Amino acid sequence: MVVASISRIPSRLRTSGYASQTHKASHMPPTARPLSPHLQVYRPQIQMVTSIVHRATGIILVVGSLLIAAALLALAQGADAWSCVTALAASWFGLLILFGWTWALAYHWLNGIRHLLQDAGWGYSIDQFVRNSWISVIGSLVLTALVWAAVYYYGGIA
Amino acid sequence: MSWLNLHFQRIQRSSRASALRPSLGAKNVREFRVYRWSPDDGANPRIDTYEVDLATCGPMVLDALIKIKNEIDPTLTFRRSCREGICGSCAMNIDGTNTLACTKAIEDCSKGDVPIYPLPHMSVVKDLVPDMTHFYAQYASIKPWLRTQSAAPPKERLQSKPDRAKLDGLYECILCACCSTACPSYWWNGDRYLGPAILLQAYRWIVDSRDEDTGERLDALEDPFRLYRCHTIMNCTRTCPKGLNPAKAIAEIKKLMVERRA
Repeated sequence: MVVASISRIPSRLRTSGYASQTHKASHMPPTARPLSPHLQVYRPQIQMVTSIVHRATGIILVVGSLLIAAALLALAQGADAWSCVTALAASWFGLLILFGWTWALAYHWLNGIRHLLQDAGWGYSIDQFVRNSWISVIGSLVLTALVWAAVYYYGGIA
Repeated sequence: MSWLNLHFQRIQRSSRASALRPSLGAKNVREFRVYRWSPDDGANPRIDTYEVDLATCGPMVLDALIKIKNEIDPTLTFRRSCREGICGSCAMNIDGTNTLACTKAIEDCSKGDVPIYPLPHMSVVKDLVPDMTHFYAQYASIKPWLRTQSAAPPKERLQSKPDRAKLDGLYECILCACCSTACPSYWWNGDRYLGPAILLQAYRWIVDSRDEDTGERLDALEDPFRLYRCHTIMNCTRTCPKGLNPAKAIAEIKKLMVERRA
């Protein structure tokens, strides 16, 4: 039905934009135009890397909070279930997840402060946001190291 | 999940245009890897590599492109006009970032060959020429002219020096679209998000003391997509070839939105 009604519209009005122009100019079937390359050719710069990492760490934190909930459920179940959790946490894989989650929290927190300041209208010169991006990255690594130094100083996991 | 939809295309590496190498004596040869696509042959996009002797070439990337077109490959297609950074025609992605070919010095590109692509995430008309139709339509949508209700004064509408100074850093925008096409938010949501260039232009009229439609201008931007897809990624400000700050202009609009709600 739609096709029938469209066919009654004069051909010069049927399509707007480039497709019809290409057709007219070349007297050939219109060619689908490619989309120019974007993410794969744009030079990675600190301000765009911190932006995508902010989003990624946000997702990691949501998943991590589910793990915390699971650990709390195990704690409510009793000593057996809880010792299972601590054993898992003390394994190399558990430590990797805990370490990564600590870093994600530290990074998301620091970079979140940066975004808060930006929302208040501060930190928009190139010098400022490049510096602040690096502060988020390096600061999060330092914070993570501090947290884990404290963890092991006070007896480690389990 | 449009932001995940990267549209990776098969880009063929064509044999370099070495049939037209610079003469054997040339010492300062630079390779330019240029994105090519033509609507006429039905082939996939490809990269052509051109070797240019910098000893016989002007200093800017545009000089190299013109030399390639004149002396090596007349089918290479790109826009250019003023060659002094005021028309915005030769905006393209050079050495990984968006800039104007006419004001980007070849020696400021990183070492090795120089990759040149059209402005990112745009529909390609041919080679380095993107389709700007949607971008210009978005510009028209913000009604970029002085809108007034009061009766026209006998002469021009006057403006104090401090009020005029508020337009500095805004009126210089040449609408080259380097910033908008550097913005990942504009890549994924460009159909509805206005992008940094158009929002900077919108702010240029919002802060103009002579304009009397500020409220309506803000109303038109009060939208989850048109304005608020800006996540302060800052690629716009980092890449602007005129040294302007679109991210800051967008932040000022957002602040005005909050202020008038209070």
